[in-house]
Amino acid sequence: MHERFANAFDPFVIPYMIGFVFVIAYLVVALCYVVKQLPLSDKKKMVKHLFSYKIFITVKDIFADCLLHVKIWKKNKLLGYMHSSIAFGWFMLIVVGHIEIFFFAPHRVNLPYYPIFFRYFMMETETTVGGSVFFFLMDFFLLMVLSGIALAMIKRLRRRFFGMKRTTRLKWNDRLGMYALWCIFPLRFLAESFTSHISGGGFLTRGFGMVFDWFNQFINNDALIRPTWWAYSMALMVFFLTLPWSRFTHILSEALLIYMRNAGIRETSKNNGYASVEIYSCSRCGLCLDPCQMVSGASLRQMASVEFTRNIRWGQRAQALEAASYCLMCNRCVQACPVGVNSVQLKLNLKGADIQYRYPHRYDYVESDAANRPLATTPAWANILQSGAETAAVEKTTGDAAPEVVYFAGCMSHLTPGIERSMVRIFKAAGVGYTFLDEEGGICCGRPMMLAGDRIGGEQLMARNTEAILATGARTLVCSCPICYKIFKDTYKLEGVRVLHHTEYLLQLLEAGRITVRKGAETGVYHDPCELGRHAGIYKQPRDVLYRVLNLHTTPYEGKDALCCGHSIAAEGMPYKKRRMIAKDALKKMTEKPVDVVVTACPSCKRAFAEIGTVGIKDIAEIVCEQLVLPQAQPQK
Amino acid sequence: MKDFGFGLKKSGVMDLDGIDWTLFREIAAEEPSFMNCFYCGTCTATCSAGKYTGFNLRRLQLLVKRGQWEEVAQRIPECMLCGKCQWVCPKGVNTRHIVMLINKKLHARKIC
Repeated sequence: MHERFANAFDPFVIPYMIGFVFVIAYLVVALCYVVKQLPLSDKKKMVKHLFSYKIFITVKDIFADCLLHVKIWKKNKLLGYMHSSIAFGWFMLIVVGHIEIFFFAPHRVNLPYYPIFFRYFMMETETTVGGSVFFFLMDFFLLMVLSGIALAMIKRLRRRFFGMKRTTRLKWNDRLGMYALWCIFPLRFLAESFTSHISGGGFLTRGFGMVFDWFNQFINNDALIRPTWWAYSMALMVFFLTLPWSRFTHILSEALLIYMRNAGIRETSKNNGYASVEIYSCSRCGLCLDPCQMVSGASLRQMASVEFTRNIRWGQRAQALEAASYCLMCNRCVQACPVGVNSVQLKLNLKGADIQYRYPHRYDYVESDAANRPLATTPAWANILQSGAETAAVEKTTGDAAPEVVYFAGCMSHLTPGIERSMVRIFKAAGVGYTFLDEEGGICCGRPMMLAGDRIGGEQLMARNTEAILATGARTLVCSCPICYKIFKDTYKLEGVRVLHHTEYLLQLLEAGRITVRKGAETGVYHDPCELGRHAGIYKQPRDVLYRVLNLHTTPYEGKDALCCGHSIAAEGMPYKKRRMIAKDALKKMTEKPVDVVVTACPSCKRAFAEIGTVGIKDIAEIVCEQLVLPQAQPQK
Repeated sequence: MKDFGFGLKKSGVMDLDGIDWTLFREIAAEEPSFMNCFYCGTCTATCSAGKYTGFNLRRLQLLVKRGQWEEVAQRIPECMLCGKCQWVCPKGVNTRHIVMLINKKLHARKIC
């Protein structure tokens, strides 16, 4: 192979070079902007990561997520192929193109446009047999990209083939970028085919080149060579120039996001540098639309996470805030996001920064109250019935100063007293010494405050609760409400106190043989509450308990795919009607196969579903309590 | 003045023409369910903060409607936003959001 032109230049490379220089400049400026916003410790982490062995893991992750799109493959094979063929195919075209330069024109390595327009500048000679390998590789990856582009076009028309019920509606800037992307590779294919009788080509470009040669007898194909190369270059320029303002910014920012995440940088309570990388990494793929129950259950499409990130990116604060106040924070979108954008945290941060949530709280009453009206109104042992089998257990433990367990029912459980009653009965049956911390009504755990974006108010309540819990001296805290459980476990600093949700505690009692249950004839399904499942990762324990007390059926909506009841405390802005629609929709999906009872482990979910009233709803504590086998002959009622 | 062992209460008569509706209207525009409230008091009966203080959401909503913001501003910071009131409301009023909105509006007016 040798060069066709001694000056190695043609004016059509100018548009490409404009775009290329622009993207590089944008990249440098954006990187500086992001790093500037980061706190010093995070900056250090970024530098340190570059020189640690973990950088190889980052490279692997970038390769798997940005090029091969492994996470999308897991969702749908066709969708995965579409994404990876474009990304990986394009990447390989660039890599193989550069290798070609090293082989055939090493003195042109310093020209960034040379690999892009290689076929125009080089011509085939008799001696370049080695070139055929590159011809094949280049054509193979070009075909791969072209097939991906074809699929992308089909996807805009028939998204059901790709396992998506909904996809994003694109605005003009995204459309411009997308159409430019769609044009790049067909134009490259045409340009290379037209030139193939000079430059040579593989099975694709030379094959079609021969067809075009045949047409040459009617029209002069050679006159089309330079215009197609011009068009190819222009398409690249348009794509590069629109890159910072289109969805395709994620090509650059996603790699940075993976780097930062692997360097140990995490979301903070403010939308700083890391958050802006997350926002720009949203590719508007729309994979979060189908899981979002606001979209599927209540026709609130404009509130979906993908629209939220768009609004926040374009500075539409009012719309973004509205979406944040509607969001149930069930984490289903975060679970579905192939990039790993934590949009729930972004929403919380936005709420926290807004004046609406700068709450002028005054909780002195909590403090002053402590002296004359202790929160733990029940004496440690007053609750224990001095009868039958329980007496033994009491005698065994009364020597201790502190109770074994402190039980915190939570505000929501007070509205579903069946849960509290059942737990108390179970404690008594197991002979557990307990203190019912908020029997007479305690203060809030602070998480609703946090979910509204107010950290300071939440911390004030937390301090008081911590004091009250530690004052009991118990080593185990059992909560009935997953909302409380989550904050007790993750945010409270309860030294030496184990925090358990009652599902975990019931399993422990059963496994230790402290309570025994019989298996009933009822059939049921288990509904994973968002706060207990996706937020705290407790999936196995409730099922292990339920297998012992009823015939547990499964639904497609279990574990990480569990539905939300729609009555999350986070969604303060959502109207009641919409909440109810979501609850109804979720319950309908879960009871497609009829069952006797839907079991849940959250007072909020219980109430939400009970309102719909199509099927019996029970809390896990209630159903265990019903099936308790007491040592005495007579059942406790 | 001689002490007879009882005092005279200030008249509770209100001039309905003089009511300042702006706060109520602003909040109702952002949270339309405010209009549904029929002041049954269920929210107050279940209130966690109400157990410790005189916090009374029913009264506060009524005061907002009457344009008597001073007492609202004094009381509203005691709410813990736990959301029980919203659960028990028979009319589906987004009480939690209303508390936040009252705060926002009073904050904007530099009253609280």
